[in-house]
Amino acid sequence: MILPVSKNALLLALIALVCVTILGLVNQLTQPKIAEQQLANKLAILNDVLPENTASETLLADCILVTNPQLLGRPTPQAIYRLRDGGQISAFVVETTAPDGYSGNIDLMVAVTPAGTVLGSRVLTHQETPGLGDKIERRRSAWIDSFQGVQISPDNSATWAVKKDGGQFDQFTGATITPRAVVSAVYNAGLLIIQQPGLANRPANCGASQ
Amino acid sequence: MSDNTNSIRELAVQGLWRNNPGLVQLLGLCPLLAVTGTVTNALGLGLATLLVLLGSNVVVSLVRTVVPSEIRIPVFVLIIASFVTVVQLLMNAYTFGLYQSLGIFIPLIVTNCAIIGRAEAFASKNAVLPSAVDALMMGLGFLLVLVALGAMREILGQGTLFDGADLLLGDWAAVLRIELFALDTQFLLAMLPPGAFIGMGLLIALKNLIDARLQQRQQQAVGITRARVTTQ
Repeated sequence: MILPVSKNALLLALIALVCVTILGLVNQLTQPKIAEQQLANKLAILNDVLPENTASETLLADCILVTNPQLLGRPTPQAIYRLRDGGQISAFVVETTAPDGYSGNIDLMVAVTPAGTVLGSRVLTHQETPGLGDKIERRRSAWIDSFQGVQISPDNSATWAVKKDGGQFDQFTGATITPRAVVSAVYNAGLLIIQQPGLANRPANCGASQ
Repeated sequence: MSDNTNSIRELAVQGLWRNNPGLVQLLGLCPLLAVTGTVTNALGLGLATLLVLLGSNVVVSLVRTVVPSEIRIPVFVLIIASFVTVVQLLMNAYTFGLYQSLGIFIPLIVTNCAIIGRAEAFASKNAVLPSAVDALMMGLGFLLVLVALGAMREILGQGTLFDGADLLLGDWAAVLRIELFALDTQFLLAMLPPGAFIGMGLLIALKNLIDARLQQRQQQAVGITRARVTTQ
C-alpha cells in the first residue's frame, strides 16, 4: 500500500521531470541561435568603434585579458581585442569601465591606435538618469563621437576633461558627472595602451566566447 | 450555444474591465511600473506575460483532475516557471534587442501574482476552453494597461511613440516610430519611477470615475423601474 503522501511526492517528482525535460529540449534548440545572436551583437559593437567593417571572428579570437583597476576601473579582468593589419597591430579595442558614474558603473568599449589616437567608443551598459545622463548612448546623441580622432598622451590629460573643468569636451545641461566619468575612462583606456606596449606580444588568452 | 457566448462575454468583461489585473486586482505591479517607460517595452512584456498566462492556464486546466489539491501550488509554480523560462529562451534567441532592454523583468514574470492567481482562482476549477479565454482576456487587460501607461509616459517623457519598435518587431517596424514633438530637455518625472506611480494612480482614478458614472446611470434607470412597480 502506498501512503498518500508518497504518492503525492512521486507525482510531484514526475511533473518536475517532465518540466525539466521540456526546458532541456528548448534550451538545446535555442542555444545555437542565442550564441549566434550574442556573437553578432559583439561584432556589431566592435564594428561601431572601428573605422571600417574590420571586425571579424579572427578579431574576437585575438583577445587578451587584462586586470588593471586603476586604468580600466574594475578589479576583474577585462578584454582587449587586437586588430591586425598584416602582422602589425593597427588598433586595440579595450573593454573598460568608468567606476565613477552618477549611478554605478558605465561599461564602455574604446578603440585606440597603438600611438594613442581614439578611433571610436561606445557605451555598452549604464544606469545613468534617463533624459539627462543617457545622452552618452549613441542612439540618443552623437556626443560619444566627439572622442573620435582625438590624441591621447601622458601629458595632455588637462585637455581630456569636460569644458566646465577646462577641457575640450561638452558636458550636458544638468549632468556633468556622467560625461566627466566617460571622458576619464576613455582617456585612461588610451593611457594603458601607450604605457604598456607589451600588450601587443602577449598570447591571446580569452577565447572566442569572451 | 448562447450560454457559451454569454460566458465568453462575461470573461471578457471581467478580464478587460471589471476585474482588470492591472487596474483592479493591482497584481504584477513590479513589472507594470518598471518597464512602462516606452510603448515598445510595455508591449514586449505584455505579450510575454500574455503568452505565459495562456500557457499556464491551459496546462493547469488540463492537469486539474490529476493533481491532488495538497500539491497543486508547487505544481502550478513549476508549470509557470517552465513557461517563463521557455519564453525567456525564445526571446533571447529571436528578439535579442528587446531581451536586452527588458533585462531582468522577464524572469520576474514568474513572480507576477496575476498568473498564479488565475491558475488558482480560475484554471484549476474550469475546463480548458474557458481557462484559455480567461487567460487571453486577463492577459489582454494587463497588456492594455501596460501600453496605456507606456504611451502616457513616453509621450510626456520624450515626445515619441513606439521608440525602438524595431527591437521588438524587426527592422521594418522602425517606421512605426512617431515623433510628436521634439524636446530639448525631457520631462524627467514621467520617465522615472515616481512618474510610473503617478500615471498608474491617474489611470485607476479614471477607471473609477467611469465606473461611478456608469453606476449612477444604472441607479437612475433602476429608480425609474422601481417607481413603476410601486405604482401598480
